[in-house]
Amino acid sequence: MTGSILFLLIVILGALAWFFGKAKAASFASSADSRSLVHSRPNYHGWYVALWAIVPATVFLIVWNLVTPGLVTETALSSPAAQQLPQDAFTRGSILSEARAIAQGQQDQAFNPLSETMVEPYRAAISWYQTLGMVAALLLVFACGVFSWLRLKPELRARTKIERVTMITLLLASLIATITTVGIFVSLIFESVRFFSMVSPLDFLFGTEWNPKAVAGPRGETGFGAIPLFWGTVFIGAIIAMIVAIPLGLMSAIYLTQYAPANFRQWMKPILEILAGVPTVVYGYFAALTVAPALRDFAVSIGISGASSESALAAGVVMGIMIIPFVSSMADDSIAAVPSAMRDGSLAMGATKSETIKKVLIPAALPGVVGGVLLAVSRAIGETMIVVMAAGLAANMTANPFSSVTTVTTQIVKLLTGDQEFDSPKTLAAFALGLVLFIVTLLLNLIALRVVKKYREAYE
Amino acid sequence: MNNVATTSGVRRPTDWQSDAMQKRIAKRYAAERRFKALGLTAIVLSAGFLAFLLLVMMGNGLRGFTQTELPLEIDFPAMTGGASASQYEGPDADAKLRALGLQDIVNTSIELQYGDEGTELFSGGAWRAVSNAILDDPALLEQTATLSLPVESELDVAYKGDGNPEAERKVEELSDQLGTGFNWNFLGNSDATDPMQVGIWGALKGSLITMFVTLALAFPIGVLAALYLEEYAPKNRYTDMIEVSINNLAAVPSIIFGLLGLAVFLNLFGLPRSAALVGGLTLALMTMPVIVISGRNAVKAVPPSIREAALGVGASPIQVVFHHVLPLALPGILTGTIIGMARALGETAPLLMIGMRAFIATPPDGVTDPATVLPVQIFLWSDEVNRGFVEKTSAAIIVLLIFLLTMNAVAIYLRNRFETRW
Repeated sequence: MTGSILFLLIVILGALAWFFGKAKAASFASSADSRSLVHSRPNYHGWYVALWAIVPATVFLIVWNLVTPGLVTETALSSPAAQQLPQDAFTRGSILSEARAIAQGQQDQAFNPLSETMVEPYRAAISWYQTLGMVAALLLVFACGVFSWLRLKPELRARTKIERVTMITLLLASLIATITTVGIFVSLIFESVRFFSMVSPLDFLFGTEWNPKAVAGPRGETGFGAIPLFWGTVFIGAIIAMIVAIPLGLMSAIYLTQYAPANFRQWMKPILEILAGVPTVVYGYFAALTVAPALRDFAVSIGISGASSESALAAGVVMGIMIIPFVSSMADDSIAAVPSAMRDGSLAMGATKSETIKKVLIPAALPGVVGGVLLAVSRAIGETMIVVMAAGLAANMTANPFSSVTTVTTQIVKLLTGDQEFDSPKTLAAFALGLVLFIVTLLLNLIALRVVKKYREAYE
Repeated sequence: MNNVATTSGVRRPTDWQSDAMQKRIAKRYAAERRFKALGLTAIVLSAGFLAFLLLVMMGNGLRGFTQTELPLEIDFPAMTGGASASQYEGPDADAKLRALGLQDIVNTSIELQYGDEGTELFSGGAWRAVSNAILDDPALLEQTATLSLPVESELDVAYKGDGNPEAERKVEELSDQLGTGFNWNFLGNSDATDPMQVGIWGALKGSLITMFVTLALAFPIGVLAALYLEEYAPKNRYTDMIEVSINNLAAVPSIIFGLLGLAVFLNLFGLPRSAALVGGLTLALMTMPVIVISGRNAVKAVPPSIREAALGVGASPIQVVFHHVLPLALPGILTGTIIGMARALGETAPLLMIGMRAFIATPPDGVTDPATVLPVQIFLWSDEVNRGFVEKTSAAIIVLLIFLLTMNAVAIYLRNRFETRW
């Protein structure tokens, strides 16, 4: 019984229930003696029966699917074939899971001959519980469906009930975002706490040596000092990228809003927005393939030592290009929010356009621009693919843009894409780094939104 | 003011014609022109970067859609001992051809024509091309046919003008026979170790399945949440909390969603690694806030008079929203959804976290099969040392960009076509 067939079955049964409910409601809606009593249109009666038929059965099936794996294993273990299983919990577990995989058709052949003997009991138990669940679910569909169908009468406030269900659904949907936020926070905290029970938080936050390979043992770990990663992240995302993005983004916004003729603006704006729509993996490839070698050759030709083909500069510049439309649209918004009286006043006093922009518009729009830059920084430090592909893995603390540095996101990817077990400090370190990244971006966003909001209020 | 002449305390009007004043004005105008030119430069630079990026990708990538071919004459009747074409039709013809020893036949023919070293000229998948040609036209089996077969990767790169000296030398020897054909493999195959045989179909299919899961989850939930927050939510601390969390989720780095997917979907729920289902779930969490925010703006744009009119003729609040507000807001919601989906389609980092970076040589058939997606495939190929992968990576990027640009164009079209200004 596959999921899609089950889904189809539920839809068909629901449609049937809807049809019966609607037919009954239509009959009393058209009969002369009950017509005046009818509260809801037949359609709502149909939905009433359909929901009664489907929802309890679906909930039951979900609960059933969560419960049965345990029951199946128990039944299989009580079969005679289970007597020859070894007592050692680990081998026992692996044999059982192998037998289960074969019984469910996910695997063709067993590595362990003992598993073969367990396949039959498993298969029998699985099919028994599956049949039991299906029968019970079908009974539930019919019982609830008939029950609600019998309750249909002209006075039934079907629409009110349906609308209440709709409201609950809407509320649940809007709660998912909150659940996700809480889920992110809890899972990051949970794994980080496990990490910090192995590595001291102080060593992690203030240590200057990052080299997770040099892990000594369960206690006294070294090489988890994240300062070089923080420096690399700031260097690439907040310094180099912003040196590229702020002037270009700001000047583009100024030119487009203050100087450009309407049709130039109409064409140029979407083109700049394409820059934001290009996937980051494309930027990363571009940085690694084209920009990085060119910069390295340039550095070598002017005699800078330590030039690496995975330079911070390449990743930072390309990231800056990616951020341009972001800065530009934030600057655009905040310049547009400056009251035109200020601009007109300055122009009327005889200031040229550029003087007005430099002395009136930008100072007035500064909080908005700063907020936008903060948002851009938060986006840049969370950016992953460009730095993974172009920035390298060497945890250097250097201010030489031509040498290689590494970032928080690069290390998260590196730590989690190996084949190590989930409990090792290396894997858990990625979650600790993620937690730091999450908190920093969250704070940047909150500050930026507050700055922007306050400033908007000032002019409204 | 130094240029305003003040004699005996009487302020004279500014002499605009004086040299000093003229010079000053000229200076200010020059500054104005410089500033304007600076603005234009910024725009041209930004657009220039985009053009440069696209040109580099095009320049590298278009070669990825072609392959270098060498002609090979195969005397089928002699080689097969007179196999008849009619035997090799129908559904299992592929397996029968394999049983016939097609690979050996091709290799022998190559050695006959190009010498003992000949097989090194051709791609390891050359016999597959022969097999496909026969499947298309079984009559080939009864004649002596000349087929154009893909050459080996280094030769291919060299013929396209970027190879090592040894391959260059071989290309020169064979230059009058080498030709170029369209690389159908690239559109139909999946990942492989030989750059001559890789294709994007597997990754593309993985992307489509993942996007389907994402859309099926994020769209209904996002729209319902937007409706609730905009139309029904009472103003209190709880709804404020929901709002703040949605706005923050939209700004959380994508890699954090990958960590969430790894911790919750893989480790807590035990869903299969590198499955499109998990990828879709993770991306849905990422896309949902985008849909909610754009959905709320679209709902907000529907004028209150419509709600009031519906309420006035006796519609219940739910009927007002589902019968009147939602249909009117739908174009705006769809625009936001497409933009969110385009972002999800280009996303790589969270999918790396949940293990979608495995080598997958067969296209996935369902949501729980191991799959990879286009951006991850690009990332994997970009890591390959073999020179042949450079053009394949760029070609895959072209395909991805075509998809994204199409989606964005559709979104812009929808916005212009259906969005009503009230």
